[in-house]
Amino acid sequence: MADTKEMKKALFEPILGSNPIALHVLGICSALAITTKLETALVMSLALTAVCAFSNLFISLIRNQIPSSVRIIIQMTIIASLVIVVDQILKAYSYEISKQLSVFVGLIITNCIVMGRAEAYAMKSPPMMSFLDGIGNGLGYSFILIVIATIKELFGFGTILGFEILPLVTNGGWYQGNGLLILPFSSFFLIGGMIWFIRTIRPEQVEPKD
Amino acid sequence: MEHYLALLVRSIFVENMALSLFLGMCTFLAVSKKVSTAMGLGVAVIVVLGISVPVNQIIFTNILAPGALGWAGFPDADLSFLSFLTFIGVIAALVQILEMSLDKFFPALYNALGIFLPLITVNCAIFGGVAFAVQREYNIPESIVYGVGSGMGWALAIILLAAVREKLKYADMPEGVRGLGSVFMIAGLMALGFQSFTGIAI
Repeated sequence: MADTKEMKKALFEPILGSNPIALHVLGICSALAITTKLETALVMSLALTAVCAFSNLFISLIRNQIPSSVRIIIQMTIIASLVIVVDQILKAYSYEISKQLSVFVGLIITNCIVMGRAEAYAMKSPPMMSFLDGIGNGLGYSFILIVIATIKELFGFGTILGFEILPLVTNGGWYQGNGLLILPFSSFFLIGGMIWFIRTIRPEQVEPKD
Repeated sequence: MEHYLALLVRSIFVENMALSLFLGMCTFLAVSKKVSTAMGLGVAVIVVLGISVPVNQIIFTNILAPGALGWAGFPDADLSFLSFLTFIGVIAALVQILEMSLDKFFPALYNALGIFLPLITVNCAIFGGVAFAVQREYNIPESIVYGVGSGMGWALAIILLAAVREKLKYADMPEGVRGLGSVFMIAGLMALGFQSFTGIAI
């Protein structure tokens, strides 16, 4: 059984040290497209963390039975089944948000974080550690998503989770909303900036000059 | 005819897979160091999207959609909750078949595209294209046009990005932005450019 220190590392290392988005370029699609509102970003982070943790757990449980030639298909089937469960739960309990996320819930299947962790970690680690690793990577993804969604919603609409923080001019306040941040592609610049920030405090991640 | 042309232009420029809908981003950012590899990958995506969108569309309307199983004697059956699993299975199988038949009949093409084909199974552009086509209820000719068009849009975007990155080798950037950070910012600027297509009414 792994000791506590190792568990802690599996759980918290992916947030800054080996962030799936900022270092491994995994799972970018959804990070860009659904971060305009903090609420959808939170739901998406939750869904991804759950899928990633459980797919790691199940794949790790049967890792010794999977023949390596068909492992991708098996991983895909497990992930797709979990995503269907998440999608049905969302449709049942928060239909509005599930409508806003549209195809992006389905796209968790092809989200490379889930596949990547299943392939790189769960295939050769015990179930408990894989589960923690899944949660950790989900947290790393959520961290980026939540920071970006907060910046975009606060400075684009002047609200956080729908509550007014900076009263907009159109509502009789003083704050002029930043139109650029409402558009989805502004996350490109924000993620670029975050990568710069993370690499400034962690210089070992800087890419070598070619 | 005009209708299909409009759909084609819309799927290439207005709803560009990579730069307007942000699909297939992982491969878009990771495999765009050289124009030649970007071009190979782009062609592979066009082929796979052009086949898998209509195939999945046919499967959805005839088997999975609510009430579609009427011909088999199950008019009340609704299998649409199985759609994700089916789509990804069909895409994976198609890619495998394509790889094998290319290897058998067009070895030259296989050598050029070979390494990219397995990568495409997990490319969200393919899955996204299929999901959008089903959501919008395209018929068969429409989904062929949509599949090919969105593939062309994605290929165009990745080739352009690779061309910019090749020139950027000589730029002197701050250390933290070098590599990934700068690619994000370039892609952002390109998306800003593609944003101007949104106003086009066809």
